[in-house]
Amino acid sequence: MTPDALPGFRPAPLLGSLAFATLAMTAISMAVGYAPLPLGQAVTDLLAGQKSLPALVLYELRLPRALLGALVGFSLGMAGAAMQGLLRNPLAEPGVIGISSAAAFGAVLVFYSGLSASLALALPLGGIAGALVATVILFILLGRGASTTTLILAGVALNSFAGAATALALNLAPNPYAALEIVFWLMGSLADRSMNHVALALPLMLTGWLLLASTAPALDALSLGEDTATSLGFDLGWLRARLIGGAALAVGSAVAVTGAIGFVGLVVPHLLRPLVGHRPGRLLIASGFGGAILVLAADIGVRLMPIRPELKLGVVTALIGAPFLFALVQRLRREAL
Amino acid sequence: MAITASGITVSLGGKPILRDVDAQIRPGEVLGLIGPNGAGKTTLLRVLAALLAPERGGVDYDGASVRQLGRSALARRIAFLTQGGEGPAALSVETLVGLGRLPHRRPFAEADDADRQAVAQALALCDVAGFAGRAVGTLSGGERRRVLLARALAVEAPYLLADEPLAGLDPQHQLDTLQLLRRISGDGTGVVVVLHDLALAARFCDRLLLLDHGRKIADGLPVEVLDDVRLAQIFGIHALRGVHAGEPFLLPWRTLDNGKTAS
Repeated sequence: MTPDALPGFRPAPLLGSLAFATLAMTAISMAVGYAPLPLGQAVTDLLAGQKSLPALVLYELRLPRALLGALVGFSLGMAGAAMQGLLRNPLAEPGVIGISSAAAFGAVLVFYSGLSASLALALPLGGIAGALVATVILFILLGRGASTTTLILAGVALNSFAGAATALALNLAPNPYAALEIVFWLMGSLADRSMNHVALALPLMLTGWLLLASTAPALDALSLGEDTATSLGFDLGWLRARLIGGAALAVGSAVAVTGAIGFVGLVVPHLLRPLVGHRPGRLLIASGFGGAILVLAADIGVRLMPIRPELKLGVVTALIGAPFLFALVQRLRREAL
Repeated sequence: MAITASGITVSLGGKPILRDVDAQIRPGEVLGLIGPNGAGKTTLLRVLAALLAPERGGVDYDGASVRQLGRSALARRIAFLTQGGEGPAALSVETLVGLGRLPHRRPFAEADDADRQAVAQALALCDVAGFAGRAVGTLSGGERRRVLLARALAVEAPYLLADEPLAGLDPQHQLDTLQLLRRISGDGTGVVVVLHDLALAARFCDRLLLLDHGRKIADGLPVEVLDDVRLAQIFGIHALRGVHAGEPFLLPWRTLDNGKTAS
């Protein structure tokens, strides 16, 4: 046996099947919708450059929805795994450092100002601005060589501030309808997004993923403790900077385009951890795919369920995710006995 | 060739921990750091491993500073074993020990033959090869300590710095561990080990460095460092002495009645 070939741990087949499942779910997501769509014809028309109705539906509605589902899920899953690795705490999730709440507040401000009505991309831009401001504040709060506790405290502070500011915006909403719109947006949804949303989020997310992926060896080392990780040659300050920056880019842009989708970043790493030999570094990419699969599945479910207007995605991921968490608690309790 | 620390001064939260301490680790030598609780042993070890920057003084690694060497080069030169340390419970023993190879690997590279060989050797040396596939959390405390030592050995660094590697081990494995440290020092590794057991320290270390209240009290051969006056003044104990098979030994026997003064 080699260190990388332990029972139950074969990275290539695992990542391969997760990637395949992600592709399959993306395809299924494109096939599912409110009106029947001749998918084959739509694809051929689209590739041939013919602006037929099926091609338009595919390109304007189905494709961005499926792509964003995969991208947002990947970002949330990967950032969740990274946070759990950094904080060495299974309860950590992408929102723990406050970036998601700040992104949500940024978007809410746009709602509130009425800018969202005049410019289609104002909402996601506001969300990204919120995430950016929060990241800068976080880095200033932390300085160099901050401890994990400082990071969590700074995250709690940011979270409560952004949460309070969002509540204030709701409180001061000009009319109940505006407040309701904000609340619905906060629940997260992939409906009515365009390829512009994809184009806006994709470069930010990709950069975030690369930054997160670069932390993998350091996260493995960190599972042995901070002193040992440092003695193995990893600069923990640099690790935190890359990880927070990567999570902020990936999660900030995810929240900016879809609103808050909870539980994905918390649950997916837990489900996949045993399959990667419990190595936090190996968990990153796997959780990315796992997150994509979960979000796509939830979004397919949203459209298949006979409830109209459709349920919000964040509600469904939480409804799917919570039972997994209950099962996890049960398992941890049994193992503790 | 040596790790040389000079004039190391450290204070934490305004409290002085180390005051102007010099220390040298030479290849092929086991240096024991001894002293009562709170003497500054762990802090000195962390400074030597460049985990803590001293306020004053500096450490020289075979003629280069940490800055000149860089973290990753230093990681191949010094293996560090922390005090206690549970290790991640769900990780398998072999994977955990394999993490000791990270300094030798480019990011995302798979383990190569040298890595596999180093891991297998470290597992065998620490007598943990038998449960290589088990999760760390299923092991006893002593077994876990040995696994963590194996992780440090897998680095195959020319210097090994170990903080209380005997804590929680049964007598057989305490002796095993010290014999192992002697063996790797015989192969040229410079070993620094924090020990509380003075009898074992005297028996297995080439040299002892005695700290008390952050100051270096003595540095030399065990018999010289652990004389009756120091045992009484620093540790407040009296020890029996003898010679077995030509080797001197000491056995801590009783505390001294009137505090830390010689009787």
